[in-house]
Amino acid sequence: MDSDNTNSAPSGTRKTITTKRLDRLFIELYGVYAFTVRFFREAFLPPYEIKELLKQCYQVGYKSLPLISLTGFITGIVFTNQSRPSLADFGATSWLPALISIAIIRALAPLVTALIAAGKVGSNIGAELGSMKVSEQIDAMEVSGTNPFKFLVVSRVLATTFMIPVLTMYTAFVALLGAYLNVHQNELTSLATYIHDVFEAISFLDVFSTLIKSIVFGYTIGITSCYTGYNSSKGTEGVGKAANSAVVASMFLIFIEEILIVTVVNYLRFS
Amino acid sequence: MKKGTSNIDRSNTVITIRGLEKSFGDLDVLKNIDMDLYQGENLVVLGRSGTGKSVLIKIISGLLKPDKGQVIVLGKDVARLSTPELRELRQKIGFSFQHSALYDSMTVRENLEFPLVRNQRHLKRKQINQAIEEVLEAVGLSQAINQMPSELSGGQRKRIGIARTLIMKPEIMLYDEPTAGLDPITCTAINALINQVQQRYNTSSIIITHDLACAKATGDRIVMLLDGKFQREGTFEKVFDTSDDRIKPFYDYNFTE
Repeated sequence: MDSDNTNSAPSGTRKTITTKRLDRLFIELYGVYAFTVRFFREAFLPPYEIKELLKQCYQVGYKSLPLISLTGFITGIVFTNQSRPSLADFGATSWLPALISIAIIRALAPLVTALIAAGKVGSNIGAELGSMKVSEQIDAMEVSGTNPFKFLVVSRVLATTFMIPVLTMYTAFVALLGAYLNVHQNELTSLATYIHDVFEAISFLDVFSTLIKSIVFGYTIGITSCYTGYNSSKGTEGVGKAANSAVVASMFLIFIEEILIVTVVNYLRFS
Repeated sequence: MKKGTSNIDRSNTVITIRGLEKSFGDLDVLKNIDMDLYQGENLVVLGRSGTGKSVLIKIISGLLKPDKGQVIVLGKDVARLSTPELRELRQKIGFSFQHSALYDSMTVRENLEFPLVRNQRHLKRKQINQAIEEVLEAVGLSQAINQMPSELSGGQRKRIGIARTLIMKPEIMLYDEPTAGLDPITCTAINALINQVQQRYNTSSIIITHDLACAKATGDRIVMLLDGKFQREGTFEKVFDTSDDRIKPFYDYNFTE
């Protein structure tokens, strides 16, 4: 009898914990769903917060330029350096511009831009909205007759959705520039030849899929960071958690989306 | 310092609450609350921390939904309003938050014009500037117009928070712990400001506090919130003329050695 009781108690506790976790998971999933639906509803309904949208575009785009420039440039140089020995083994270093072009346009530029933006912009949005939530600034907007969701969330999500593709194109340009300097110095390739090889290697599908991918990444960073910030709680601890969750969840989702989009694009490419 | 009661219009109820109940999980915060706020009246809700005072004004402003009961504000049932109707009603309610809730990333000017430019889009820049100057003058902080909230003291932040609500010319003011965390001199100044606001803008106010000096200085009527219910109601003197062990310590702590 005792033995039964001893065994059943922890099993009951485990069951309760599992049920509670599952409940929390489903509540969270419903929260994300409701938040996303609300975003699409509010985004298309007037009034539009154009001034705030432009301000956020400036914050996301212009303020990220120094970091993106440096990272993109270094990515181009490092990737060229890493690829050269493998191609040199086959005496195919003349293929470097084509290889670099494909790697940067198809994968590196959107991924590097999105990961940097998730770290810089995502944490910024998560912390800012989280701090506004715990200091009742969002409630203050609500009671002043303003729609805080439209002002804070819609403007930020649209800003990341618009600006990440722009930053991705810029990253691709800077990375290709870095790669050119490397190739020019080592293989004495002229700028005209380099440009010719770069553009010959990529197709419309490459550029189009990169554009779509960066729009998806931008939207993901915006909506994830806004969700974690807007729903943060528990004071300053909640603000830290919101910033952290914004980065971790955004990066995780970006990799999942990368796999899915590449699978679809490859299917289109070879069918 | 205490405001006069002559301008209270007892035939005009601006807030009516009947049978209000609110729980959070297993915790019953408000139990069967009935309350009336008259035009021109300053009503103080006194109670210990965590007794649901702030919950009450958050329900009145529509930030929280009641579990049960009716909250009628300026003739409208708050819980039944659509989002646009609620937004319209909120323009007539000023909410002064406990920690001021000024927008950190905006200057004082931007904080003040924020509700105005969004709710009265027809206003010209000159009219907006005029409104900002008027409310800053009303709270005695005209010089702070270009400062950031982080550059202001606690008392100044409270004043700017009140100014931001006044700019919409509200009919009802809700103050959440207006003197919390302030020194006695600043508390006295804030109490005086609450009375000035009532007289200058002819507002009706609910003042949530556990500061008896504030309650005495600003309240026309005091209600004591204990165990989720209004236990005593009346003038300051009447409320504290009791031997109730749950109420007496409030007075003793504040006014006797």
